[in-house]
Amino acid sequence: MVNVMDLPEEEYIYPGTRACAGCGMALIYRIALKALGSKTIVTVPASCLTVLHGMQGFCSTKISVYHTPFATTGASASGIRASLEDKGLDEEICVLAFAGDGGTTDIGIQALSGAAERGTNFIFACYDNEAYMNTGVQRSGSTPLGVRTTTTPEGKLGHKKNMPKILEAHGIPYVTTGISSYPLDLFEKFKKARDIFGTKYFHILSPCPPGWGYEPKDTILIGRLAVQTGFWPLYEVINGKFILSKPSSKYLDPSKRKPIEEYLSVQKRFKTLSAQEIEIYKTYINDMWQEIKKRIESQE
Amino acid sequence: MNESKKDYQKILGSVQKPVKGEAGKTGSWAKWIPVIDISKCIPAKSGKPSCFNCWLYCPEAVISRTIPPKIDLDYCKGCGICMEECPVKAISMEEVKYE
Repeated sequence: MVNVMDLPEEEYIYPGTRACAGCGMALIYRIALKALGSKTIVTVPASCLTVLHGMQGFCSTKISVYHTPFATTGASASGIRASLEDKGLDEEICVLAFAGDGGTTDIGIQALSGAAERGTNFIFACYDNEAYMNTGVQRSGSTPLGVRTTTTPEGKLGHKKNMPKILEAHGIPYVTTGISSYPLDLFEKFKKARDIFGTKYFHILSPCPPGWGYEPKDTILIGRLAVQTGFWPLYEVINGKFILSKPSSKYLDPSKRKPIEEYLSVQKRFKTLSAQEIEIYKTYINDMWQEIKKRIESQE
Repeated sequence: MNESKKDYQKILGSVQKPVKGEAGKTGSWAKWIPVIDISKCIPAKSGKPSCFNCWLYCPEAVISRTIPPKIDLDYCKGCGICMEECPVKAISMEEVKYE
């Protein structure tokens, strides 16, 4: 386990960005860049991260960033990698694609799937704030059941898309989930992924104060609740081997998990949730963990 | 600036310059500002580099990993994550009074 003092002190994002106060994504991005270092090229579609990077003429990051159209994140990463190979810089430089949940699960899935199928050597990190937050909270494929957004005023029907599983089916060497509330866990995973050859996929839950409806100071607390209630299990799949990450490992036991109501009641976006939908959530979480348990047992 | 660099900037159209405070002094967004109580802060008390939870969790990177930690109030947006994450409750939020 890494310690706070193991993280490099150098910052790759300058203070004074356009991100909201208490943004989970800003923290994820900061930690990811610390782990990957200055020799990184980031490719970003339209997302909150574009907003963080700033207006024309100025940029708030020290590293090279390429702004790409919405649907082409995976393709642009393949292109950057090909040009690096051509220049003989392949070993040194790491390519990171950093997209929101819309740019991953809906609009960007085709290009991402293509890049994963080609086996492009890059890291794709999806920061999942569970709706199109940048344009004013519209529902995305990653929005969970019952969430009130501007396009689903009565709450969304159906569960969120299981993106890590889709990427796992591509047979890529590294798939993992993360959350902004456990930055040391994230740091370790990004460090590990940098040394793996092939497509690496990160699905990182990123609490969003204005979109989820809570006070900015609770960003870390709510993320932690997502893990503690079992809603967001943290795991890694390395070459097909499933490993439960340390912060999530004790929640394999259902009695250790906090009741899901604790997570749902602190966010305004779940206000329209009915008692029946809470029951659906309970079975959803139980089924998810049952599957995880089976998977771990089958490996032994 | 040499000629080749100029040409390359012409082709790209916009090469962006990294700057601190791209969105201006974001400290003016804050309704509350964090204040560290040095007598409670773990690294300040022990004189050893330890804890630094405030530095780790700050999304804005305005807290320094020094003893004692310093907060850059010019850019702190006052989210209050550092107050929540301080294990010894050494950070409190004070209301900003605008005239």
